[in-house]
Amino acid sequence: MTETTAPVGKQYPPVDYVLGREKIREYARAVGETNPLHHDVAAARAAGHDDVVAPPMFVVVYSAEAIGTAMFDPEVGIDMARLVHGAQEFSWERVLVAGEEVSTVMTLDEVRHVETADLTYYVFGATTTDAAGEVVSTGVWTNIVRGAGE
Amino acid sequence: MSDEKTAPESAADVVWEDGAAVPTLTVLPDKYLTVRYAGASGDFNPIHVDEEFAQQVGLPGRILHGLWTMAQVARAATEAVGGDEAPGSLRRLEVAFRGMAVPEEDVVVTGDVKTVEDGLATVSLTARQGRARVVRNGRATVRVPDGR
Repeated sequence: MTETTAPVGKQYPPVDYVLGREKIREYARAVGETNPLHHDVAAARAAGHDDVVAPPMFVVVYSAEAIGTAMFDPEVGIDMARLVHGAQEFSWERVLVAGEEVSTVMTLDEVRHVETADLTYYVFGATTTDAAGEVVSTGVWTNIVRGAGE
Repeated sequence: MSDEKTAPESAADVVWEDGAAVPTLTVLPDKYLTVRYAGASGDFNPIHVDEEFAQQVGLPGRILHGLWTMAQVARAATEAVGGDEAPGSLRRLEVAFRGMAVPEEDVVVTGDVKTVEDGLATVSLTARQGRARVVRNGRATVRVPDGR
């Protein structure tokens, strides 16, 4: 298996992201979200929001660069050719709307090799905060590399 | 487990109590969905968008993004609430991915309410494609709509 030299707990620099109205609409269309809150500014405002509302799973869009940087970190040493996405968790504190700016910090939480199955688990934790520094969402990304043992 | 026969048709018919099913969500990912989702999400891994590459690494062909499938599980949870409260109702979602899903075949998400406590429901969810479970152990925490 590829050696991991990064220490557990390694934290990556925050990645800022500004939610755009058209990006929210594009994402909502791609996943089939039809709720008018994600598309129609007037509907969103009528429901008390400042602009269109991001679907909860839009978390993957504003986390993309942060998780990408962590997963491609040579010190983590993930063998991309043998990678599978094993599991995923997200928690949300509130909805986000177009125009908001968030910041995501990714941490290497765990590297675990299971000898019997010849699998290596790489677990990353994400915390996203808003402009006021309040947590808006958290994520746990579990990636599994198959059969990389000697 | 719930099946399509016993699942309610719409959010208005969901009974927020232990063992009740949520509406079944059936989505047909079209041939070019993975290309649109790659653009929307920023995940351009070639196993999702390049047929030749996917086959070279031993896959049957391009496969769906796991996080797109997870988004369908999220939709099944929020659409069980419906209306203006839907997007904010989802407090937590966890899934385990299994196998792979492919374009041009229905993805079907089913779910059951497990517990309801202090206005929060835990919903167990599964995504299937044909006989294959592509998301197992899906578990959502949703805020039950007011007055339900």
